[in-house]
Amino acid sequence: MRGRQVRAMETGLTGLWKRVKMYKEAYFMLAPFTLLFVTFTIVPILAALYFSFTSFNMLQKPEWVGAANYTRLFFTDDVFLIAVKNTLLFAFITGPIGYLLSFMFAWFINDLGPKLRSVLTLIFYAPSLAGNVFFIWLYLFSGDAYGFANSKLMSYGIIKEPILWLTDPKYNFTIVVLVIIWLSMGAGFLAFIAGLQTVDTSLNEAGVIDGIQNRWQELWYITIPQMVPQLLFGAVMTIATSFAVGYQSMALTGFPSTDYSTHTIVLHLLDYGAIRFEMGYASAIAVVLFAGMLFVWNVLQKSLRKISD
Amino acid sequence: METSRALRSTLSLKLRLLPRKKLSRSRKENAVIFLFLAICSVFMALPLVYTIVTAFKPINELFLFPPRFFVSHPTLDNFIAMNQLTQNMWVPFSRYLFNSVFVAGVGTAFYIVIASMAAFALAKYKFPGHALYFQIIVWAILFRPEVTGIPQYIIISKLGMVNTYFAVILPVLAGSFGVFLMRQFIINAIPTEMIEAARMDGATEYRIFWAVVMPIVKPAWLTLLIFTFQQFWNTTGVQYIYNENLKMLPTILQQISSAGLARAGAGSAVALVLMIPPIVIFLISQSSVMQTMAHSGLK
Repeated sequence: MRGRQVRAMETGLTGLWKRVKMYKEAYFMLAPFTLLFVTFTIVPILAALYFSFTSFNMLQKPEWVGAANYTRLFFTDDVFLIAVKNTLLFAFITGPIGYLLSFMFAWFINDLGPKLRSVLTLIFYAPSLAGNVFFIWLYLFSGDAYGFANSKLMSYGIIKEPILWLTDPKYNFTIVVLVIIWLSMGAGFLAFIAGLQTVDTSLNEAGVIDGIQNRWQELWYITIPQMVPQLLFGAVMTIATSFAVGYQSMALTGFPSTDYSTHTIVLHLLDYGAIRFEMGYASAIAVVLFAGMLFVWNVLQKSLRKISD
Repeated sequence: METSRALRSTLSLKLRLLPRKKLSRSRKENAVIFLFLAICSVFMALPLVYTIVTAFKPINELFLFPPRFFVSHPTLDNFIAMNQLTQNMWVPFSRYLFNSVFVAGVGTAFYIVIASMAAFALAKYKFPGHALYFQIIVWAILFRPEVTGIPQYIIISKLGMVNTYFAVILPVLAGSFGVFLMRQFIINAIPTEMIEAARMDGATEYRIFWAVVMPIVKPAWLTLLIFTFQQFWNTTGVQYIYNENLKMLPTILQQISSAGLARAGAGSAVALVLMIPPIVIFLISQSSVMQTMAHSGLK
């Protein structure tokens, strides 16, 4: 490491090799994770990429079909287009709301005393901690007269007949949106809580001298710029979850939902991968979803970096 | 010990006094925020409360129609039923418990070390390829796992790891989520000058990682501890483990609750029991996060 100041300016392979050797400790520290990451994550992803150009029923060897899966996806599969529309709607409604709420909650909770803070963090993280808990909402929005929402609304005389909350396309989309927002205090939320603790509070006092007048200005001008890395982390997690809505809507509204009203790309993928055993086609769906998420991530990355400057 | 406790209590007193000097929101704003938090927390607490309440419901209340949220005649029947079911198993219950605790404990410890080490290298060394490596880390998080399961299975079976703990541990260790999380904290919290100062003092790069970087980003790896433990704890490993002696606790407990109506009571007790370890880890980790904050406040 001593030689770092030399900053090898040579180009070509020998120059590269010198720089690699200069950072040999860094490569050693990366090695254990990289070995596992390549073997169990990268190679399977590359395999899935390859499958997306094949016809593969998981029993016989995959057979190369070129771009056929992709042309079928975009030109002949009408249900896929419904899934894309619903996924985009879910993502653009639940993503930003869930992201902002988890940051606001983390910020509010961070101001409280230690005991109350621990308890509230646990409570807000509870839906993520408890696993498959959306079934509680089945009780609340059960379609018969005994469901909580129906029985309350009927006893107050607001409605005369029970509403089929989870099967009627007029309501089920909204309910799934609510449940996803409820579930969105996850990894991002805890990272924000931890991030707020690494923020340098001495800057706040400097801020007061510089004319910062209230907590909201302090948040915007001092706290947020210091938290850009955590905010980026939260953004990736939000993209990864909000574009992958599916399991929640399946648990609540059934599969397939009435008129595919809550059908999403991930459910389409499950349909072909786990039910019809068309792994090649399912892989193509996964690749398209991945490309969409990458696009959104690149846009967000650029705009969040701007805030930090 | 006594003196350090006394010191800590005076320090915490000072820390408690500190916020008064800071800016605060208006009283009205605080009241609105508090009310908002209170209302939201009722909704967020639902799963916890419901799981606890259900575990104490007698069987006739579990099937009450219309369903009721709260329990009117709490009972321990469900726990007794669960206990009987787990006593009569072919392989002793403690074996499954050991499997899960072992996998979660060893796996979590390993993951925190290798992920943090990789994250440190990514955050603080401008080695050739670091930018691309970082992008790949993020891309891997965005790729849906549903279609990578089959190639992953083929790799694990080719490596002869079916029916070993490795099959359960290694795929989780290969996730890039933790590296991303740790990198984001290290890049922010550790000034490059601090690393250079340690290097001047003759510390090796590994020592810098272990003795300088890790203590400072303690809130980050304590948070990672929660996620990783939770992930391991929920792992069933059903694809890879056929040996009864190596099966995980959730597999067995899910078998109890999936046996239908007759075991609905025991199933609700199981749901509660399975939730306890992650909650305990959560509380331990969060209270340590708070202590770290108190210490770093003294800098």
